[in-house]
Amino acid sequence: MTPLNLTPALPEIFVLALACVVLLVEAFSKKPEWSYTLTQLTLVGAGAITLLTAEAGKVYAFNGMFVDDLMGDVLKLVSYAAAIVAVAYSRAYLSERAMFRGEYFVLVLFAVLGMMVMISASHFLTLYLGLELLSLSLYTLVALQRDSMVASEAAMKYFVLGALASGFLLYGMSILYGMTGSLELTKVVAAVEQGSSSLLAFGLVFVVAGLAFKLGVAPFHMWVPDIYHGAPSAVTLFIGSAPKLAAFAIVMRLLVDGLHPAVGDWQQMLAIMAVLSLMIGNLAAIMQSNLKRMLAYSTIAHMGFLLLGVLADSYAGYSAAMFYVITYALMSLGAFGMVVYLSRAGFEAENLDDFKGLNARHPWLAAVMAMVMLSLAGLPPFVGFYAKLTVLQALVGAGWLWLAVIAVIFSLIGAFYYLRVVKLMYFDAPHANDLAPSGEADVRALLSLNGLGVLVLGLVPQPLLALCAYAIQTSIQ
Amino acid sequence: MDMKSLYLIVPLAPLAGAVIAGLFGRAIGRRGAHSVTIAAVLIAFLASLVIFQDVLAGNTYNGPVYTWLISGDVRFEIGFLIDRLSALMMLVVTFVSLMVHIYTIGYMADDPGYQRFFSYISLFTFSMLMLVMSNNFLQLFFGWEAVGLVSYLLIGFWYTRESAIYANLKAFLVNRVGDFGFLLGIGLILAYFGSLDYAQVFQAAPQFASHSISLIPGEAWSLLTVICILLFIGAMGKSAQFPLHVWLPDSMEGPTPISALIHAATMVTAGIFMVARMSPLFELSDTALSVVMVIGAITALFMAFLGLVQHDIKRVVAYSTLSQLGYMTVALGASAYGAAIFHLMTHAFFKALLFLAAGSVIIALHHQQDMRYMGGLKKYMPITYWTALIGSLALAGIPPFAGFFSKDAIIEAVGASHLAGSGFAYFAVLTGVFVTAFYSFRLLFLTFHGPERFRQHHHGHEEGAHHHATVEPKESPWVVTVPLILLAIPSVYAGWAYIEPLLVKGWFGSAIVVAPAHDTLGHLAANWHGVLSFITHGVMALPFWLAVAGIASAYLFYMVRKDLPERVSRKAGIVYTILLRKYGFDELYSWLFAGGARKLGGRLWRWGDVTAIDGWLVNGSARLVGAVAGLVRQLQSGFIYHYAFAMIIGLVVLVTWFVQP
Repeated sequence: MTPLNLTPALPEIFVLALACVVLLVEAFSKKPEWSYTLTQLTLVGAGAITLLTAEAGKVYAFNGMFVDDLMGDVLKLVSYAAAIVAVAYSRAYLSERAMFRGEYFVLVLFAVLGMMVMISASHFLTLYLGLELLSLSLYTLVALQRDSMVASEAAMKYFVLGALASGFLLYGMSILYGMTGSLELTKVVAAVEQGSSSLLAFGLVFVVAGLAFKLGVAPFHMWVPDIYHGAPSAVTLFIGSAPKLAAFAIVMRLLVDGLHPAVGDWQQMLAIMAVLSLMIGNLAAIMQSNLKRMLAYSTIAHMGFLLLGVLADSYAGYSAAMFYVITYALMSLGAFGMVVYLSRAGFEAENLDDFKGLNARHPWLAAVMAMVMLSLAGLPPFVGFYAKLTVLQALVGAGWLWLAVIAVIFSLIGAFYYLRVVKLMYFDAPHANDLAPSGEADVRALLSLNGLGVLVLGLVPQPLLALCAYAIQTSIQ
Repeated sequence: MDMKSLYLIVPLAPLAGAVIAGLFGRAIGRRGAHSVTIAAVLIAFLASLVIFQDVLAGNTYNGPVYTWLISGDVRFEIGFLIDRLSALMMLVVTFVSLMVHIYTIGYMADDPGYQRFFSYISLFTFSMLMLVMSNNFLQLFFGWEAVGLVSYLLIGFWYTRESAIYANLKAFLVNRVGDFGFLLGIGLILAYFGSLDYAQVFQAAPQFASHSISLIPGEAWSLLTVICILLFIGAMGKSAQFPLHVWLPDSMEGPTPISALIHAATMVTAGIFMVARMSPLFELSDTALSVVMVIGAITALFMAFLGLVQHDIKRVVAYSTLSQLGYMTVALGASAYGAAIFHLMTHAFFKALLFLAAGSVIIALHHQQDMRYMGGLKKYMPITYWTALIGSLALAGIPPFAGFFSKDAIIEAVGASHLAGSGFAYFAVLTGVFVTAFYSFRLLFLTFHGPERFRQHHHGHEEGAHHHATVEPKESPWVVTVPLILLAIPSVYAGWAYIEPLLVKGWFGSAIVVAPAHDTLGHLAANWHGVLSFITHGVMALPFWLAVAGIASAYLFYMVRKDLPERVSRKAGIVYTILLRKYGFDELYSWLFAGGARKLGGRLWRWGDVTAIDGWLVNGSARLVGAVAGLVRQLQSGFIYHYAFAMIIGLVVLVTWFVQP
C-alpha cells in the first residue's frame, strides 16, 4: 500500500470543493453574477493549480486509479480555457432567456470535473465515473430550458442514447475484466499482451463503440445533429468544445495506453468509422440550412479526421491528433460563440440566412466568422490547415495513403459549406431581420481574440505543435 | 539593442507603417498617414545606417529568425543574410524610399487616394527589404513576388484610367513569364541541392559543376547552366531585360513617385541584385554568363535608341532606365558584379533624381507630360533645372559625376572579358554611351531651354479642366525640391568617393565570388593609380568623347538647327517608324501570345472547361454530392429508435467483422 498522495488530484479536489461552494452561494444569494464570477475564478484557480503541479512523466495516485501526466495537464488547461470562454460568451444569452442561474454554473463545473477525471483516469472505474459525471451534467444542461419542447426532446434523446452507449462501454469493460482479471489499465495492457483472442476483439468492439458515441463518430453519431440543434445555443457552445478534449483523452487512455497490443484490430475499426464520419459529416452538412446543425455535421467530420491521427499509431500521429482536437475546440468556440453572440432575446441567429450580408452591417464580426470558417475548411494560413496537414503527414508516414486521399477528397467537399457561409456574409444582400449583437464589449473582445487566435496559431503553429509532441512523448509509452 | 533586433526593425518598420496607413488611413487622416509612414521609413533608414557601420566594422550575420515550417529535411525559414552586399542595398533602398515618401507629399497632394498611396509605397519598401535581406530562396521568392504585387497595385493606382489598368496587367503578366523561369530555377535547386539556404547551396555548388541533366532525352545540359539561365529569366522579367522589357515603359502610367521608386531605383534592380547574390552559381557556368552579357548588351543599346524618338518626358527616362539596366546586366555577364552594384547604386541616385525632376516639371505644367509642349522652363524652375542637369550629366557619364565612374568601370570590365559575345557587348556599350548622352540632353534642351511652348494648347489630349489653366509655371514646393537636392548630392560625389573602395579594394569581400579566369575587375584594380588618374585616363579615352559628341549633337539638333530632327526623321523613314513602334514587340506579343493564347484558350474553354470540367466534373460531381447528401439527410429521421437501431446495427457489423470464432 503506497502512501496516499493527493497532489496529482489537487485540481480535481479544488474544482469539486468550489462547485459545492457555488451551489451554496446560489442557495443564499439572489445575485447570479456572484456565481458567474466565482465559476470563472474556480476555473482560473484550477488552471493555476494544474500548472503548479505539472510535472514531466507519469505520477500515479489512488493505487493506480488516477494518473497525472503532461498530456493530461495540457488537455485540462485547454478544457478550463474552453469552459471559461464558453461561460463568458453565454452570459448575455443566458440572462436574456432566464437561464442565468446557479444551476448552469454548477453543472458546468461538474461537467469540467467529469472531464478532468476522464482525462486523468488510468482505471476502468475512474474512467467510467468521469464519463458519467460529464454525461449527466450535459444531459441536464441540454434540458436547462425546461419549457422548450425542442430542448427537452434533445435532452431525452441524448439521455437514452447516452445510456445505451454507456451500456456498450460497460459491457466491453466487463468482458476485458473477465479476460484480464484487472480494471487497472497498466495491468490490463500487460495481461492483453499474453495473446489476443476473439474474446479480446469482442470486448474491444464494445469499448470502441462506446468511445465512438462520446466522440460522435459514425455510425454512432446520430445524436449529434439533434442535440446540437435542440440544445440552447449556449449549451451547444459548451458541448461542442471542451468535452471533445476529454473524449480524445479517453481514446488515448483506453486504446493507446490500455489496449495497445490489439492495435491491429482497433486501427481497422477506427479507419472504418473515420471514413464513414468524413463521408456522412461532410455530405449531410451540405444540405443543412441551420447553422447549428451544419456545424454539428461538421463536428462529425472533424472527429473522423481526429481518428485518422490516432489510428496512424505513431508519436507523430498522436500529437497530430492532440493538436487537431485542441485547435478544433478553439474553432468550435469561435463558430458557436458567434451564433450565441448574434442571438438576442426572442431571436436565435442560427439559420444560415441570418448571416446574409453580415459584412455590410458588422464587418469585423463577419471577418472573425470568416476566419473561423476558413480555418474549419482547412485553408492556409489558418490553423485548421496545419491541423489537417499534420494529421495527413502522420497518416502518410504510417503508410495509410488511401485513407489520406479519402480524407482530402472529403475535406474538399466539406470546404463547400464553410465557404457558403463566407459567401452569404460577404456577397448576399443583408437579411431584413437585422442582427443586433447583444453581448458586451469584453465578450466582443474575447470573440475577436478567438478569431485572431485561429489566424495567429496558423502563422506560428510550431510552439503548440512542439508542446503537443512533447506532451505525447512524455505521456505515452 | 542587439543587432538581430535591429535587422528585424529594418523591414518591420515600413510594414507597420503600411498597415497603419492602409487599415486606419481614414482614422488618422492625410497628415497622420504620411507622418507615420515617413517616420517608419526614416527608422528603417537609420537602422540601415547603423547596420552598415556595423558591417563595415567586419560583422556579418547569416541565420534564421523564424522557422515557418519543416517538411522532411527542408526547412522553410525567414532569415537574414547581412553582409556588405545586402547592407549596401538596404541603405540605397531605404534612402531612395525615404526621398520618395517625402516627395509624394507634394506630388499626390490633391489625390483622393493619398493614404492608400503611402500604404502601398511603404509596403513596397518592406517587400524590397525582405528580398534584399533574405538568406534563402524561399524568402527571396516571397520578396520577389511581393514586390511584383505591390508594383502591380501601384502602376494601376489610378485604377479608373483605362491605360493604367492595361499597363498594370501587362506588367503583371510579363513578370509572370519571368517568375515562371525563376520558380523553375528555385525548384531545380531544391531538387538537386535539397536546401533553400544560400550558404548551403553555394557551398555545394562546386560539386555540381560538371553535373548534367537531360531535360529533353538525348540532350545533356549542364545543371548549373540550366539553373542559372532559369534564374536569369526571372531577373529578365523583373529587371526588364530584352525581350521581357515591354512592361516597363507602359508602367509609367503610375504616379511619378512610383516610377522613381520602383522603376528606376529599386524594384528593377532586384534582378541585378539577385544575379550578384548568386555569383557563386553563375561563376560556374560560362554559358550562362555569356547569355547574361549578350542579353544585357542588346538591352543597353537597343533600348537607348528608343529613347531618341519619345515625346513623353517620363517615357524617355523609362527607356533610359532600360538601357542602364542593360549596362548593369552586361557587367554581371562580365563577372564585374561589383561594377554592376556600383552602377546600380549611382543609377539609383541619379535616375530617381531625373524621375522626380520630371515629376516636378509635370506638376508645374499641371500634368502635362509631352516635351513638345514644354521648353524654357529653366528660369521658372531653377532648382529643378540644376538638379536635372546634374542628373543628366551623371547619366551621360561626364566626369566627375557619379555615372562616369560606374559606367567607365563597366566598359573597361567588358573590354577585358574573354567570354563568347564580349566583342558584341563591348561595341554595344560604347555605342550606347553616345546614344545615352544624346537623348538625355535632348530631354534637357527640350524641357528647360528654347522657346516656351507650354502655353500652346495640346489638342487630342484629354481635355481635363486644369489643362486650360494659363497660370505661370512655378518652382515646386519644398517637399519636392528638397528630395531633388538630397538626391543630387550623391549623384555628384558617389562616383569618385566610392569607386576606389568598392571596385579596387575588393570591398564586397566574400559576398561576391569571382572565378580567377573571369576577374575582369582585377584588370582595373591592377592599373589603379587613384581617382584623379582614373579621370584623366577616362577623359582621354573613347567613351568620354562619345558622350561629349552625344551632347554636342543634341545641342546641334535641338538648339541650333531645329529643323534637323524633322529632316532626319523623314529621311530615315522606316528606321524612325520602327523605333516609334518600339521594334514592334508590343504588336508581336499581342498577336502571338495574347491573340494565340486567346484562340487556344477559347478552344480549351469550349472543349475542356464547358464540356469536360463543368459538364462532368464540377456540375456532375456537385449533382452526385447533392444526391448522396439528400440520401444521407433522410437517415436523420428524428426518431430515437431509428438512432438506437443505427447504433446497434453498427455494433453488430463491427462484431461480425472483427470477431472470428
